[in-house]
Amino acid sequence: MDENIIVSLKDIVVDFDGQKVLDGLSLDIHDKEFVTFLGPSGCGKTTTLRVIAGFITPKSGNVFFDGKDIADLPPYKRPVNTVFQKYALFPHLNVFENVAFGLRLKKMPEEEIRPKVLEMLEIVGLKGFERRSIHQLSGGQQQRVAIARSLVNQPRVLLLDEPLGALDLKLRKEMQLELKRLQREMNITFVYVTHDQEEALTMSDTVVVMSGGNIQQIGSPQDIYNEPRNAFVARFIGDSNIVDGVMIKDFLVNFGGHDFTCVDRGFKSNEPVQVVIRPEDVQIVPPSIGMLTGLVREVIFKGVHFEMHVDVEGYEWLIHSTQASQPGELIGMNIGPDEIHIMARTEV
Amino acid sequence: MLKSKTSRWLAGPYLVWMAAFIVVPLFIVIWYAMTNSDGQFTLDNLTQIGRYSSVFARSLILAAVSTVICLVLAFPVGYFLSRLRANKQHIMLMLVMLPMWMNFLLRTYAWMTLLEKNGLINKFFGLFGIGPFNMINTSGAVVLGMVYNYLPFMILPIYTAMTKIDDSIIEAAQDLGCNVWQILWRVLVPLTGPGIATGITQVFVPSVSTFIISRMLGGGSNLLIGDLIELQFLGNSYNLNLGSAMSLVLMVIVLLCMSFTSSFDESEMEGVM
Repeated sequence: MDENIIVSLKDIVVDFDGQKVLDGLSLDIHDKEFVTFLGPSGCGKTTTLRVIAGFITPKSGNVFFDGKDIADLPPYKRPVNTVFQKYALFPHLNVFENVAFGLRLKKMPEEEIRPKVLEMLEIVGLKGFERRSIHQLSGGQQQRVAIARSLVNQPRVLLLDEPLGALDLKLRKEMQLELKRLQREMNITFVYVTHDQEEALTMSDTVVVMSGGNIQQIGSPQDIYNEPRNAFVARFIGDSNIVDGVMIKDFLVNFGGHDFTCVDRGFKSNEPVQVVIRPEDVQIVPPSIGMLTGLVREVIFKGVHFEMHVDVEGYEWLIHSTQASQPGELIGMNIGPDEIHIMARTEV
Repeated sequence: MLKSKTSRWLAGPYLVWMAAFIVVPLFIVIWYAMTNSDGQFTLDNLTQIGRYSSVFARSLILAAVSTVICLVLAFPVGYFLSRLRANKQHIMLMLVMLPMWMNFLLRTYAWMTLLEKNGLINKFFGLFGIGPFNMINTSGAVVLGMVYNYLPFMILPIYTAMTKIDDSIIEAAQDLGCNVWQILWRVLVPLTGPGIATGITQVFVPSVSTFIISRMLGGGSNLLIGDLIELQFLGNSYNLNLGSAMSLVLMVIVLLCMSFTSSFDESEMEGVM
């Protein structure tokens, strides 16, 4: 067994009122890694987190921590701590007492608690806030208290359930970087739940894409983005064009009425496949030299780029480009071999 | 500014009511308490009360025991109610309130017939050859009557306070290492402090001043302050001045009790408001 694995889920089944929320999920989480569970709401990502925390007892399956089965361990005995979506701070305690809560339960002497709490507050950027009531804090500050309250207990694994969901975009981006920094500094495992694919790509070492109570793909952010295993992952992670094609032979694929060289192989000859092309990977050229030609339907200015909807033989393509074409214009499109990703065709 | 000036007038009708039916009578009570039957100033009425200290003590003890029993019963059920789904909560709350819709005298009278020597409970025990037990006319019966009648006043405020506690706060406490008892003492009790304080006031105050419950269930041997006062106004020992003095002392006791619970209330609310 891999010694580096800290949490291991085996064939976890959870159902609520007869409806399967997790359907035989298995997953290994490596120590000191930033792992993100990514998926749409209802995909089972929060449920998986709560199974690890101990708030949900699975109907069947095992949860291992350091190789030991912890199925019978109640939440308060598990070496993990959780940062909740709604912060869940104790309203009757001030900032200091909220952070000190876990240490006091461990009966740590007062003279050890104080420096630990103050140090943790400094790490999360709340130095001098210890006497504040939590009602005097902004959402972002409350979230920092919640993070400090968990981290001060030095958990082996920190579980975070959409912790930035209630913050505005700017603050969210700041906190993303900060969480990543904290994870590196504390050198512990973070398991992070989010439905925001950009957040997942920004912070994670490993992304677990989930849907319908199952894992769709596990990989690094680059893998997930560049090599989606199926159409669900491709659609969920960023914008993408997914078109039907035929694999003629290794390194040659036909779609849109044109043969393209690509870097994929290992498919059967003439196997029907799905081709994924990211919108920013389509190069716009004059129609006469384009591999494909398309009719521009719509052009939307997005700040960094123009988003264009282009009709190519009945498929609507999405193209991101820094130069704008006009609606109704005929354009040529080129796609390089590296930009083409081939997936086995799946029914969606 | 205009708004606050206009809204001030809205309190007018009640202020008139309060002056006529609360403030003026209060001064009349004080007047009677401080005078003798000839209308002359005296403190005799108040000093005489010392003779009845055992009645005052009994009232305070029975009311305190009832309050504690109500608290112990209401706290878990308040938690249970607050964790039910909304529609079930409404049904269960109605069930809690149901006895309150029955006339107070009737409810207490019903207990008389249950607790009597030949009452239903003793008849039931008689079937098994045990008893009869002496239940009516004991201080235990008085406490039972108080708990039965005032329990909903304890459940409701505690339940209300409990509904404001999000599940995730309890989960956070578990997550940080709380077992069941630690959740109770470190999270639930402090967060429901204001509800507990309200409940204590709402049970203790009517219990300490009741006279119906003690008379119906306590018999002659369990005289409470309320009975004593009633005797001065309607009974054989007709003495308005002494009765007023007793009312005044009872009022001071109630005020002390309320200021005690409200100070508890405030200290627990620190940081919440």
